[in-house]
Amino acid sequence: MKKLAFLAGLLGLLACIFVPTLLKNHGIYLFTYWLIYVIATMGLNLTIGYAGQKSLGHAAFFGIGAYTVAVMMQAGYSFWLGMPLAALGCFVVGLVLGFPALRVQTIYLAFATLGFNTAVWLVMRNEEWLTGGTFGINNIARPEAFGVSLDGNLAYYYFVLAFAVVLGLLLWGLLHSPWGKAFTALRDNPIRAESLGVDIRGYTLLSFAIGAAYAGIAGGLFGSLVQFIDPAPFTVEASIMMYLMVVVGGPGYFLGPLLGAAVGVILPEWLRFAQAWYLFVFGTAVVMLMIWLPDGLLSIPDRIRAKRQSREASAARAANANQRSAEGVKA
Amino acid sequence: MTMAANQPVLKVTDLKKAYGAIQAVGGVSFEVRPGEIFGVIGPNGSGKTTLFNSMLGQITPDTGKIELNGQDVTQLGPLALNRLGVGRTFQTLQVFGKMTVRDNLIVAAQEHQGTMFSRMFAPSDSDLGAKADALIDQFHIKHVADKKAGELSYGQQKLVDIAMAFMSEPDLVLLDEPCAGVNPSLVGGISTLLKDLNKTRKGSFVVIEHNMDFVMDLCHRIMVMVEGKVMAIGTPEEIRANKQVLDAYLGS
Repeated sequence: MKKLAFLAGLLGLLACIFVPTLLKNHGIYLFTYWLIYVIATMGLNLTIGYAGQKSLGHAAFFGIGAYTVAVMMQAGYSFWLGMPLAALGCFVVGLVLGFPALRVQTIYLAFATLGFNTAVWLVMRNEEWLTGGTFGINNIARPEAFGVSLDGNLAYYYFVLAFAVVLGLLLWGLLHSPWGKAFTALRDNPIRAESLGVDIRGYTLLSFAIGAAYAGIAGGLFGSLVQFIDPAPFTVEASIMMYLMVVVGGPGYFLGPLLGAAVGVILPEWLRFAQAWYLFVFGTAVVMLMIWLPDGLLSIPDRIRAKRQSREASAARAANANQRSAEGVKA
Repeated sequence: MTMAANQPVLKVTDLKKAYGAIQAVGGVSFEVRPGEIFGVIGPNGSGKTTLFNSMLGQITPDTGKIELNGQDVTQLGPLALNRLGVGRTFQTLQVFGKMTVRDNLIVAAQEHQGTMFSRMFAPSDSDLGAKADALIDQFHIKHVADKKAGELSYGQQKLVDIAMAFMSEPDLVLLDEPCAGVNPSLVGGISTLLKDLNKTRKGSFVVIEHNMDFVMDLCHRIMVMVEGKVMAIGTPEEIRANKQVLDAYLGS
């Protein structure tokens, strides 16, 4: 199973490298958009999927990251200064947002984070001197990396892909260290975890902070991709969409965000033919998914495995019973 | 040195806790000696659980003192107590359902190794694999070691649950009804396991349990609680022979 996942990951990476070379500009743009949401939802998957903290404020961090990089670049500073600042700023704000989670959980925590998102959105809309208000910030430049201009769409795509791979590997390493177990223990049973010495306060705060930092980095990449930002992509609705991406892909599955973000970003493009019916089709698909696959798309292999095991077990029981009755006849 | 050797692992002095007008625990004092298995029995509502929760830092007592190896721990919470060497099991099953049995055991001790930041990107099993395997062998759950804990039978999960409490080699383990919901054949197995662990690990245990045969067989000393107060403390023989206890509790 592990080998299969590794192989799938490798094939996926090769596809990510070669498929965009065959695409036109719009396709490349869409792939970049998708990867940016993959980065953001990787972080959210840590918060929700691994650590079990229900956050509906992720788009706020996405926005804080985007505005930080944009404002810094407008002020004449390098992208390479803005980006670490965006990540660090989101980490700190995420840490602070983690504090409500120490007192409230589940839907109550979701509402607390939703309130936070609304407050951040209002700052983005109203503080014109900083954010440009509803007019937003225009002409955000694409950065340079090692002296190479990233103005071209394909070049910027590979730049974002590099970020996604590095951040993915970092998260993989973190989740396969003792931290991953501590996060899972926190999610599955916080009281038991605490009784075993797991610092549930610390891990709760860090799950928010690390998740937020990923969103901040994604936001910074987003600003440079679309080259114009206003408060619209950072609403509570956007947070709900990100939450949905995690849930659809499979919360607590490492590759879940790849699928979830595809459903959130690429599927709407494919459903364009449906036009006005798009939201209806999308909504119906989500409802059906929640009914039949509440653990997301990536839970399908686990389900098949579980079904096969229970079939094998009942077959073994039946064989045993047959054998016993046959022996009974002999006796 | 002799002082230290004779020092009780746990010393509870005049502990009181009231919920509104109800005095759940009304002045309880006792000591648990090194290596001792100490049973706590009493009818429902006698204050056992309140006492237990106080000793585990889940609730803060109104007055009184709890000392662990001579250190006042009355105000400490569950996390701090665990780090000082208190392990516990719960009345209901509390395993991490989506982790394998082996990972359940590893996570039960990993936070005692180094600091949070030294554990970041550290080896996944925190070098606790061998220790986990030893306990898995001892608890006879090797055949399910790589299964998810949530997929096991109740009895198997109960064994995992108990094993987890011992992973970090605690000085004191508090067991809250280890036999609750367990079938009679496994009750004997748990008793044997706890006796073995007590011998090999030199830890002290406090056991709350309603199964009298189990308590009488396992414990070195037993405390009988009635209405928030201590009615008697003594060896199983003494408790069995105590007229007052017989009338109040064992009577029927």
